[in-house]
Amino acid sequence: MTDEPLLRVSALSKFYGSRVGCENVSFDLWPGEVLAVVGESGSGKTTLLNCLSTRLLPSSGTASYRMRDGQWRELYRMSEAERRFLMRTDWGFVHQNPADGLRMTVSAGANVGERLMAVGDRHYGRIRATAVDWLSRVEIDEDRIDDEPRAFSGGMRQRLQIARNLVTGPRLVFMDEPTGGLDVSVQARLLDLLRGLVTDLGLAAIVVTHDLAVARLLSQRMMVMKDGRVVESGLTDRVLDDPRAPYTQLLVSSILQV
Amino acid sequence: MNAQPTEIATYNFAYLDEQTKRMIRRAILKGIAIPGYQVPFASREMPMPYGWGTGGVQVTASIIGPDDVLKVIDQGADDTTNAVSIRAFFKKVANVAVTTETAAATIIQTRHRIPEHPLTARQVLVFQVPIPEPLRFLEPRETETRKMHALEEYGLMHVKLYEDIARHGRIATTYAYPVKVEGRYVMDPSPTPKFDNPKMHRSPALQLFGAGREKRIYAVPPFTDVVSLDFEDHPFEVQTFDQPCALCAAENVYLDEVILDDHGGHMFVCSDTDHCEKRRADPTSPLWGGRAEGAGGGSLATPPTTPTPALRADPPRKGEGKEAE
Repeated sequence: MTDEPLLRVSALSKFYGSRVGCENVSFDLWPGEVLAVVGESGSGKTTLLNCLSTRLLPSSGTASYRMRDGQWRELYRMSEAERRFLMRTDWGFVHQNPADGLRMTVSAGANVGERLMAVGDRHYGRIRATAVDWLSRVEIDEDRIDDEPRAFSGGMRQRLQIARNLVTGPRLVFMDEPTGGLDVSVQARLLDLLRGLVTDLGLAAIVVTHDLAVARLLSQRMMVMKDGRVVESGLTDRVLDDPRAPYTQLLVSSILQV
Repeated sequence: MNAQPTEIATYNFAYLDEQTKRMIRRAILKGIAIPGYQVPFASREMPMPYGWGTGGVQVTASIIGPDDVLKVIDQGADDTTNAVSIRAFFKKVANVAVTTETAAATIIQTRHRIPEHPLTARQVLVFQVPIPEPLRFLEPRETETRKMHALEEYGLMHVKLYEDIARHGRIATTYAYPVKVEGRYVMDPSPTPKFDNPKMHRSPALQLFGAGREKRIYAVPPFTDVVSLDFEDHPFEVQTFDQPCALCAAENVYLDEVILDDHGGHMFVCSDTDHCEKRRADPTSPLWGGRAEGAGGGSLATPPTTPTPALRADPPRKGEGKEAE
């Protein structure tokens, strides 16, 4: 592992007309590190995630990414072709709603294999073997490989989406509320799985969530956002156990205890 | 039915006005310059419904001259409604010679077949295309598919072939089989059977594709590489037939199944009617039953459970298949 970061974000802002999406966000992300972005809805965390993943172009600010060859590239100056290539090889994006990230009308195997075919794999047997392997890693039975995701439960769809993203061995994964809309037992299994995969593969990840428990389980570091600004950031345990900003204190004290 | 010149006096030559023809020719030239690329064009209303070849007719109208000889085929046949009426249309509005003979034609407008007779550099093949976008059923957004073509992102096309193998154990796509043109653009060869895909590869004839409803024209210039997509372990292959044409005994041609009666009687005959008729008219060509080596004597290789009495009892007559159809 190097002592250089993977992603450098500096003074990133996104305005929707006169409204603030996110404002003046700066941070570095190191390889293998999971960063949680928390905050209430409307706080700009999804806008930030979309800017970082180049699904949106920011109004100002820069983000640089260290490519596999060690070169630093500025994300918003890359050509669209390069960005899309990065998106389907070195990056992953896990949507809150799996239907946004999956092709619902093609089989689970093809969903996993699509990225391989997109980078030029033309051997059916190999693609299928990889798909089988990945389905088992996300705990989907091999005999579901030819089923369409439409026939899958919400938790299975989310796991399939994760497999589809990880098949090309990305180094950075963006996740937007990966456990949103799942019931607690399914959520727990998914979190367990994600934690295992992130550790095993040494993935760096930026996880957007409003669920502080998810942030605590998955991330090493977190940023708390409010009204488009970062109000507090630091090690996850420190922020959650010893919140300093008044808003973070409010957020932490709002967790329901069972 | 002679052409009545007075009746069409108000029409321009070949129906379309000259400005429209220039516009379409520009689109055709651009298509030829970028093989396989779909060029948008301002498709006109034609005196026929969409789906009947409005795109092909506009392309033909733009390239046809008074000296051209036109052949029109529909599913390989010269005598189906679509083929007959388009031929009659151009006979009337352009007063050109028409033919059913592949070798004699200079322009061949086709729906879903490439003639069996090899084409020459003096001929132009015009395809009628219903859906020009090969990625359409996988990606419904036009903005996205255009971007995918621009960035040469064709992984999705293989997803379709993957699905075929996963479901059927082999690539089950039999028509509109996607091809890569000159190593760059993935193209829908129109709903021709994949049997005809190899004929497109390095064909000496210019191949033009017109989609009237979708307003797209694309082209394959002569001697251009046209490669059918496949997997390394599931290579592209064409349809094979285990029996020859029941009328002309031709092998290695594309056959249509023709139902003869309500009792399961059927026969397989050439889909290319001109090819079939030529072979039967020429006494030196082997007629059916005469090919002892190929068809196993007089007995046709029909399944024993479905005897075809009509086929066995009667010697084939011209047009028999069509009557039964």
